[in-house]
Amino acid sequence: MGNDVFVITEHMDGKFSDVSFEMVGKAKELAPALGGQTVAVVLGSGLSANVFASDSTIYVDDANLAQFNPEAYGKVIEALVKEKSPRLVMFGWTATGMDLAAWLSARTGKPCVAYAKDLCIENNTLIVNSQVYGGKMIAEVAPEGDMAIVAVLAGSFPAEAGQGSTTATQAASPVALDGLKIKFVEAIKPAGGDVDITAQTKLVSIGRGIGGKENVELAEELAEKLGATVSASRPVVDAGWLPRTRQVGKSGLKVKPKLYLMLGISGAPEHLEGMKSAELIIAVNTDKKAPIFNVAHYGATADLFEVAEAMLELL
Amino acid sequence: MKIAVPIKFVPDLVEELTIDPNGTALDTSWLRLIINEFDDHAVEQAILLKERGGGEVTVVAAEAEGVDDFLYTAAAKGADHLIKLTGDFGSGMNSHAAARALADLLKDSKPDLILTGVQAHNDLDGAVGPLLAELLDMPYVGYVAGVSSTNDKAIARKEYPGGIIAEMEIKLPAVLGIQAAEQPPRYVAYNRIRQVMGTSKIEERTITALDLSGGVTASRMFQPESSQRATILEGSPEEVADQMVGILKELGML
Repeated sequence: MGNDVFVITEHMDGKFSDVSFEMVGKAKELAPALGGQTVAVVLGSGLSANVFASDSTIYVDDANLAQFNPEAYGKVIEALVKEKSPRLVMFGWTATGMDLAAWLSARTGKPCVAYAKDLCIENNTLIVNSQVYGGKMIAEVAPEGDMAIVAVLAGSFPAEAGQGSTTATQAASPVALDGLKIKFVEAIKPAGGDVDITAQTKLVSIGRGIGGKENVELAEELAEKLGATVSASRPVVDAGWLPRTRQVGKSGLKVKPKLYLMLGISGAPEHLEGMKSAELIIAVNTDKKAPIFNVAHYGATADLFEVAEAMLELL
Repeated sequence: MKIAVPIKFVPDLVEELTIDPNGTALDTSWLRLIINEFDDHAVEQAILLKERGGGEVTVVAAEAEGVDDFLYTAAAKGADHLIKLTGDFGSGMNSHAAARALADLLKDSKPDLILTGVQAHNDLDGAVGPLLAELLDMPYVGYVAGVSSTNDKAIARKEYPGGIIAEMEIKLPAVLGIQAAEQPPRYVAYNRIRQVMGTSKIEERTITALDLSGGVTASRMFQPESSQRATILEGSPEEVADQMVGILKELGML
């Protein structure tokens, strides 16, 4: 078996996502300790793939891979992994990587670790720290065997270390991609019309703690007084209390406002991905152990309604 | 159309989590469990599909405190069959073992569509959906918010960051990982659930041996230490609000 580190990269509209560079950067730390090389793996069509600081880049160019298709991508990655026997395969724990990591584990019989926040090599053993239970606990895992599949949370490492200009080696698909059961039909961009929360300098962001649609008004009042816009974590949007255009986080939008005032958001990793670079983060949550207090600059363990109403009195 | 919905119960994160004396897992003695919210959405999506196109919905859950109530609630919403997996899960259930047990159960009943939550916050070894799909040799698409279906195919709306949606056409049978149903999980009145308790039956299936291979075990579990910890504003809500406004003014944000 080999000792290389494979990084399965991701892209949309011809642009590689940050997590791809983040993983390549991390892989460059790990590969020498394992006695292997960092290999960026690109699946797509018509891409400029000479963008990574990897030792090498494999670029499988096929029209069937132009858009993400879990079945086609899975088949190609499986073939590459079987042929090259890497020591470690890194995916993003993202909308695309999540479809593939566990599938590849079942397919190859190799262990899979999800929610990875950090990886290191100690005495030639791979150690993974995973952020489970919504970020409230870290599980330290040493996956056994000659190959491990690790799915990494976006935003865990700096992206710069993975950026480079390694010339990609283009290859045809190692497997036939006809007769697929999954067909990409079309990509639908979000309808405009609502405010663009990524363009706002101040956001009042509400989470599950807001309790119900009838309470959104309080957040809106506070936002208005602060010259801010209301955004939300995923549960609020899933519950239909605010439109999807207001969602911050992994499946929503990435924001970087000057002020991010959080009411009733515990700070699950999925949410942190979308807002942790905000300049000033203030969090109000009733749970003093909420992970958000590890990220926020200021925090208060308090009832969000009482604090919001008291703020309204002062503004 | 036959739709199966495997669901699981997970620790309620609102409660305080403590680590067991071995330092490798959560202390389960006082742990409160609740439905994995994505699984709750998967049940809702299955009921919506049944309401639109007919069919039969089977909800499957591993035994845990509160599971019976959840299954009866699913029946009150419109689920036709309720299955509870029982057995000695003392050694811990991981996603790999759960997927094998489910594959074993579902290979005979041959559902056209399997909907399950796209993830759970304790899926240390990956999500159940893709594992189950591979074991049953079915295609898998996850991060799905919205499904429509005809006899032999499903159209799934897969979500990407930034609100972009990819429409995928998938030949059935297939497994879909649900991120969100088209509407929030519906509420059912308790008296309706009580009625259903009289008429529905939870079928129990015993799992004789769990195969945990391919999963991983934590060698250590600990609470994250952070180099940065928020400056905590103390006092009554009024005092907290006052300090917040003060900070915003000081930083020129007001």
